[in-house]
Amino acid sequence: MTVDTKLPYDQSYIEQFSTERNEPAWMKDLRIQALEKADTLEMPKPDKTNISKWNFGQFKHTAAGETISSLTDLPTEIQDFFDKDNLPENLLIQRNQSVAYATVSKDLKDKGVIFTDIFTALKEHEELVKRYYMKDAVSIDEHRLTALHAALMNGGIFVYVPKNVQIEVPLQVVFWQEDPEASLFNHVLVVADENSSLTYVENYISNNETEETVANIVTEVIAQNNAQISFGAVDNFAAGTTSYVNRRGVAYRDATIDWALGQMNDGNTVFENITHLVGDNSTSNAKAVTVGRGKQNTNMTAKIVHFGKNSEGYILQHGVMKDSASNVFNGIGKIEHGASKSNAEQESRVLMLSEKARGDANPILLIDEDDVTAGHAASVGRVDPLQLYYLMSRGITQQEAERLVIHGFLAPVVNQLPIDSVKAQLTQMIERKVN
Amino acid sequence: MAGSTLEIKNLHVSIEDKEILKGVNLTIKGGEFHAVMGPNGTGKSTLASAIMGHPKYEVTEGSILLDGEDVLEMEVDERARAGLFLAMQYPSEISGVTTSDFLRSSINARRAEGDEIPLMKFIKEMDEALDYLEIDKNMAQRYLNEGFSGGEKKRNEILQLMLLKPEIAILDEIDSGLDIDALKVVSKGINKLRDENFGCLIITHYQRLLNYITPDVVHVMMQGRVVKSGGPELAQRLEAEGYDWIKEELGIEDETVEQNA
Ligand SMILES: Nc1ncnc2c1ncn2[C@@H]1O[C@H](COP(=O)(O)OP(=O)(O)OP(=O)(O)O)[C@@H](O)[C@H]1O
Ligand SMILES: [Mg+2]
Repeated sequence: MTVDTKLPYDQSYIEQFSTERNEPAWMKDLRIQALEKADTLEMPKPDKTNISKWNFGQFKHTAAGETISSLTDLPTEIQDFFDKDNLPENLLIQRNQSVAYATVSKDLKDKGVIFTDIFTALKEHEELVKRYYMKDAVSIDEHRLTALHAALMNGGIFVYVPKNVQIEVPLQVVFWQEDPEASLFNHVLVVADENSSLTYVENYISNNETEETVANIVTEVIAQNNAQISFGAVDNFAAGTTSYVNRRGVAYRDATIDWALGQMNDGNTVFENITHLVGDNSTSNAKAVTVGRGKQNTNMTAKIVHFGKNSEGYILQHGVMKDSASNVFNGIGKIEHGASKSNAEQESRVLMLSEKARGDANPILLIDEDDVTAGHAASVGRVDPLQLYYLMSRGITQQEAERLVIHGFLAPVVNQLPIDSVKAQLTQMIERKVN
Repeated sequence: MAGSTLEIKNLHVSIEDKEILKGVNLTIKGGEFHAVMGPNGTGKSTLASAIMGHPKYEVTEGSILLDGEDVLEMEVDERARAGLFLAMQYPSEISGVTTSDFLRSSINARRAEGDEIPLMKFIKEMDEALDYLEIDKNMAQRYLNEGFSGGEKKRNEILQLMLLKPEIAILDEIDSGLDIDALKVVSKGINKLRDENFGCLIITHYQRLLNYITPDVVHVMMQGRVVKSGGPELAQRLEAEGYDWIKEELGIEDETVEQNA
């Protein structure tokens, strides 16, 4: 254990933190156990990226945020997440670690949909949270960061869609880390019960260019039999935040989990998106894009594990690297014994815009069953000069031609984001990062 | 004066240190249609690429002037905005960029900032051109050339030509891979542009295109030079008799023979 990652918070601190929030006893116990484990567990070892020097130890654990009365009180970069003429019906804004704004349509409430912050959920829906919190998806003791997460969890969301409820209108959450030194040990728990469906989109945003802090995010997404979840996200932590972002899905029989993830952080980031296709006929499309700039280092793992028969997993990751940024894509398709007739496909591509930029794409297929199909494509390259020539031969400037090629390269994921305003926002962020 | 003038003088072009063009002279004026024919590998596409500024082709000698301006000093996009257009033999595929977005960017590239083409006007112009070329409207929303058939790519090049309205266009084998109906449609598109302001250089292997688009002048390229020029009847004779008679007439030996000698 290095000095860097020595725990800045002890058991009595955790106990007090939990007591102040009136958490149920099991939650307090879980935190304390997790803290003990954090002491002995190793840091995660993302393939081909050395994170031993990254800041996972320096941060301020708590910071409250004021409520807002109207969305127009928000900074414009956050207002841009919404369509002003058509404000979201279901929106929650978390400012630092407090709920600043929350609205849920009457229709959803009437149907029994739960869409609330994690602390309220612990009070009002304790049994449901207890049933799913770090149980079926992410375990506390996977490594030091998951344990730290469980010990220090200080924000997040709980979403529950009851059986047979189909939600057409998206649920949207903005996690706004306003305090430049505040950490975010954020926990998102999304549960879609049998035959239900929902679309969920989240945005993370911070502005700490120089102040250093940590985001340690665990997201658990559970799709019960025949449930459909469309999960979109745009992460936009500033350069000072070191991020560990773990989004994990579990899909039961006939269920689908589709991911569209935009990783636009400016700081070093370990990003993992794993889906367990537990049930027969379950499906996941895991799509992610990233743009790296400056001296940023990112490691992105997309993994789909097939347990159910006839399960389908598609991974698509596209990244653009400029300056001396570096990104590793790990794509892992794993088919367990017994998951016959399953299909694991993956594609990872990195486009490098400068001499010093680095990209790596590691496709891995681990197959323990004969009767399956699988495929992978991976590439790391530069903008094709012939494409630029073709575009420029129509009068388009080199800069604009590069812009078109880059947006085109990222389009398969960007276009998949389920809310237009978020799609537009991501497009703008890409623009800002690549220019 | 009607239209622009493109003057190519003593053009020498190399690719990867191999000289392909060995002194090409050619002048195209607004209102004129020139055809360039010649056996495979004699440098026709090289000529077209050098005019447009393809990154792999190096001009080692000679000049290209557009209305007296030095084209070789211009970047590729500047050449286009100065009035040149090349319909490519093998257009690139650009994933993720729709044909429609690309066309709009191309049109706006030649307009001042703040004077972009209004969206409705653009859509109207594009739809008219699509109809004129009998192209399925869905193509506008497909990614540029991605998964297009050979014929669709060629039509798409002419679609761009019609919307961009250059002064001088070079069409490199715009007829290759076209079925007879597509050939007629594409020719119709090219002929629509024909007026005293528009000059065109048509590279082709086949008389059948020239049946629809009658050239004013026909040039024959061999071994990196224009070896013979004449009227439309020259193309007809080539179609009927091939190139051997020209080789004999001019005493040209086959490249391999020349190298072995
Ligand atoms: N990248 C390259 N490296 C080496 N030689 C090349 C390269 N590209 C083209 N060439 C050569 O240059 C010569 C001229 O090619 P070009 O494409 O201009 O011929 P063309 O007259 O257009 O032929 P075609 O009628 O087949 O289209 C050919 O011998 C070709 O092999
Ligand atoms: Mg050619």
